[in-house]
Amino acid sequence: MNIAVAVDDVHDQALPSASEDGPAPKRVVVAYGFWIFLLSDIVMFSALFAAYAVLVRATAGGPTGAALFNQGSAAIETACLLASSYTCGLMTLAANERRRAGVYFFALVTFVLGAAFLGLEIREFADMIARGASPQRSAFLSAFFTLVGCHGLHVAAGLVWLAVMMAQVAIKGICGAVERRLLCFALFWHALDIIWVWLFTVVYLMGVRP
Amino acid sequence: MTDTHYDRAPGDRPIFTGLEEVASSGLLVYTIGLALAVILTVTSFWAADTSLLWGPGIPLGLAVLAIAQMGVHLVFFLHITTGPDNTNNVLALAFGVLIVILVVAGSLWIMSNLNDNMMPPAELMNLQMQH
Repeated sequence: MNIAVAVDDVHDQALPSASEDGPAPKRVVVAYGFWIFLLSDIVMFSALFAAYAVLVRATAGGPTGAALFNQGSAAIETACLLASSYTCGLMTLAANERRRAGVYFFALVTFVLGAAFLGLEIREFADMIARGASPQRSAFLSAFFTLVGCHGLHVAAGLVWLAVMMAQVAIKGICGAVERRLLCFALFWHALDIIWVWLFTVVYLMGVRP
Repeated sequence: MTDTHYDRAPGDRPIFTGLEEVASSGLLVYTIGLALAVILTVTSFWAADTSLLWGPGIPLGLAVLAIAQMGVHLVFFLHITTGPDNTNNVLALAFGVLIVILVVAGSLWIMSNLNDNMMPPAELMNLQMQH
């Protein structure tokens, strides 16, 4: 009870009982539903991680991770994604304060950093395929391209979503629906960064160890 | 029961008082999160390459660093807390983590078991080849 009283003190007006006043506000319901989706997406990624971990030694005489992976480019990709997660958070702050210029600015920075990440990853993939390390070379490479490529597809989808959101902000302004969608986008973008943390740890750092 | 309050949406920060206050504290939260994440990431990349540490322990250390960074992201970027208005979010997260651990650990366990029990040892294979 003490905790509830403390929270009530923070709020200006006493909020009515959740159970007696019907469903929670739309913002809570929408974000919670999206949270469930994100968790199921993470469960899907866990299957890809498991497949990669099982197949990491199945190189079929082809190139191993130690021969293929470049930690320098992985570090730059990590920096891009982490910085874009930060600017995405700043965009959420600007949206909460309805500062439209701030939303545009931070969305642009987020988009550029995300696109830089994607560009580096595509270059890395093209380089690997040019050296004969294509997905059909070995089970290890199939698992690698599936796992990292799936994350890359999520980032690409996030970039499209961000562009659509900016069009909505321009046309509709930051109204209730647009604000909820921006909140969901921020959740999505931060969750992608969490997946990338595991990805660079498992693939690029543990994978190159003998 | 008038002191019940709504759950908080995932990604929402707890306190909404004055706009100015929210802006500065929000910026501070994200900046602290970024600083911690950068420290953990740099440590990960350093630990993966160094020869200062005991080699076999490094993968475990990297896993610990990744878990710590996941925690930083959850707390500072996604604003998941232990507050009573966050119980549903945390419960959903806990269920997700449970499934992830079951899938990953279970797959690795079963596959290593199959490898141990069903793959003939290399010497035996060579023996059969020779005769």
